[in-house]
Amino acid sequence: MIEKYFYSKNKNIMAYDKFTVLQSSAVPMPIENVDTDQIIPARFLKATTREGFGDNLFRDWRYNNDNSPKQDFVLNNPTYSGKILVAGRNFGSGSSREHAAWAIYDYGFRCVISSFFADIFKGNALNIGILPVTVSPEFLHKIFTAIEADAKAIIEVNLPEQTVTIATTGEKESFTINGYKKNNMINGFDDIDYLQSMKGEIAAFAEKSLY
Amino acid sequence: MSKQTLFDKVWDAHVVRKIEDGPDVFLIDRHFIHEVTSPVAFLGLENRGIDVMYAKRTFATADHNTPTINQHLPVQDPLSANQLQQLETNTTKHGISHWGLGHAKNGIVHVVGPENGITLPGMTIVCGDSHTSTHGAFGAIAFGIGTSEVEMVLSSQCIMQPKPMKMRVNVNGKLGKGVLPKDVTLYIIAQLSAAGATGYFVEYAGDVFENMSMEGRMTVCNMSIEMGARGGMIAPDETTFNYLNGREQAPKGEAWDRALAYWKTLKTDDEAVFDKEYTFDAADIEPQITYGTNPGLGTGISQNIPLSGDVIDGEASYKKSLGYMGFAENEQIIGKKIDYVFLGSCTNGRIEDFRAFASIVKGRKKADNVTAWLVPGSHIVESQIKEEGILDILTESGFELRQPGCSACLAMNDDKVPAGKYAVSTSNRNFEGRQGPGARTLLASPLVAAAAAVTGVVTDPREFL
Repeated sequence: MIEKYFYSKNKNIMAYDKFTVLQSSAVPMPIENVDTDQIIPARFLKATTREGFGDNLFRDWRYNNDNSPKQDFVLNNPTYSGKILVAGRNFGSGSSREHAAWAIYDYGFRCVISSFFADIFKGNALNIGILPVTVSPEFLHKIFTAIEADAKAIIEVNLPEQTVTIATTGEKESFTINGYKKNNMINGFDDIDYLQSMKGEIAAFAEKSLY
Repeated sequence: MSKQTLFDKVWDAHVVRKIEDGPDVFLIDRHFIHEVTSPVAFLGLENRGIDVMYAKRTFATADHNTPTINQHLPVQDPLSANQLQQLETNTTKHGISHWGLGHAKNGIVHVVGPENGITLPGMTIVCGDSHTSTHGAFGAIAFGIGTSEVEMVLSSQCIMQPKPMKMRVNVNGKLGKGVLPKDVTLYIIAQLSAAGATGYFVEYAGDVFENMSMEGRMTVCNMSIEMGARGGMIAPDETTFNYLNGREQAPKGEAWDRALAYWKTLKTDDEAVFDKEYTFDAADIEPQITYGTNPGLGTGISQNIPLSGDVIDGEASYKKSLGYMGFAENEQIIGKKIDYVFLGSCTNGRIEDFRAFASIVKGRKKADNVTAWLVPGSHIVESQIKEEGILDILTESGFELRQPGCSACLAMNDDKVPAGKYAVSTSNRNFEGRQGPGARTLLASPLVAAAAAVTGVVTDPREFL
């Protein structure tokens, strides 16, 4: 049950769908160190708006040079679909390009589950409404196993409760998120709104700054 | 008062508000922007109807997609030209300093900031580019941000950041012959892995860094992100102050004296505690080279490619990585045939890097099978190369000098290594396709790049020294 946030008609405003409880099948990508150059190669960073990056998500893993789909890549396999991407450790390393998060969102994912995220990607994801969920390596393995057993296995990500549940096995694990970001995600708020609300305090501080 | 690290001192001085169970509201002193990660941020401001709060604290340069030849001609690629035009329009509209293509001070953002004295000790510095960590060489807290955060800085001069954990990496002793700062950083990353410092901010300490030039320190701090760290920093000292004194935008006169007094307090207290600490011996570091598809997959140049059981990456990921590179476990790296050499980038595009490269190619000839792209980090570096006679050495040896920009580091412009070809590159990332779709990258120092450029194969540069 994802509700639309009132800003969502205009994609160029940094606002996004609210996130509460997401129940979906998931796409498995059991590869480690998936860097942001793989998520969206640099040659596709030339747009000046946020739209359309999903078409080039994982471009060089997904398509051959002649633009024909690579049949062995998971996004080209109709067996797998859903709003959750499940990936190996150190997801989103490398470049700070927020375009990587935009591409994942634009493709239709709302949540990425991994045992470990790179810092900048994690922050970017939260800022645009993708929930990065860090689970233990053991639980990550259980999710991959469950998807292997049943490609349509439903994974439930419950943000208010901070839990991930594999519906087919009933296995559940808790995850952490700071209270501020959790509140933002649930309500569709963003940091810019917050910072605008305290500009007087910032100005007073900034005027005293040495630089 | 409890003992503080350098990082604590600078961080705490910039916290406008602490949020309970949330991030700190963190004031930014210097904001760099470029053509690729800023347009959507300006669009966001426009859509929200809000203005830039402090235009004088943001500096723009064009670097990521700019051509490195014929910069006097219109940019051919319409998408790149559009991004460059948007940067011009946005900075003009908001009164932001802009060193665009063709400007005498244009160059790679992380090269021009320091060389013009915009980067100073004790500052907080961000840019929509992960190699912003470079500026940590001056004792600044500097790190890369996403476009949403670029919009935050433009509109409020702040971002919202949880304070990272603290790590110290000590390297003591004397570096061996032919071992450059790039080798030190590649060695550290290989020891810690590509995710070994994720969640941390690193301070580099020990006599190896104390004895390092500012250019070298920038190379080391630049690569901090490649082990997952948000950034890395080095306490400012006489080397830092001498570098900065007289730079165009550095403080002058009394302002300099006041700043200097403050900067001298910017060091970690003796009993301050880090969340994690590593210590390495300089004598263990030989010239390094990477063989895989993340910067943690590197080793001493005389070593063989490790077995999958000896690396932290899982077996499937490691095999995928070696498969992409066309390498096998336990192979020797020396002697591998290469096709391209790239000298440049925010990691190794400074004058010392060109001096090092020239020291090996002098009196030798570029190998016929090698295409070499030598790209200075800025016009100022380009001028130094000419003034010091380095250009003559390069020309004599069969090399050409290109014009400044990020170039083949991320191959957004035409400087793309073709599929399947091998490049010895002084840049920072060996990810799949980083230097062009299908390109295979071996990261190394300017000396290793020079040795490969004259022999056409991976070569230990110590043979030439």
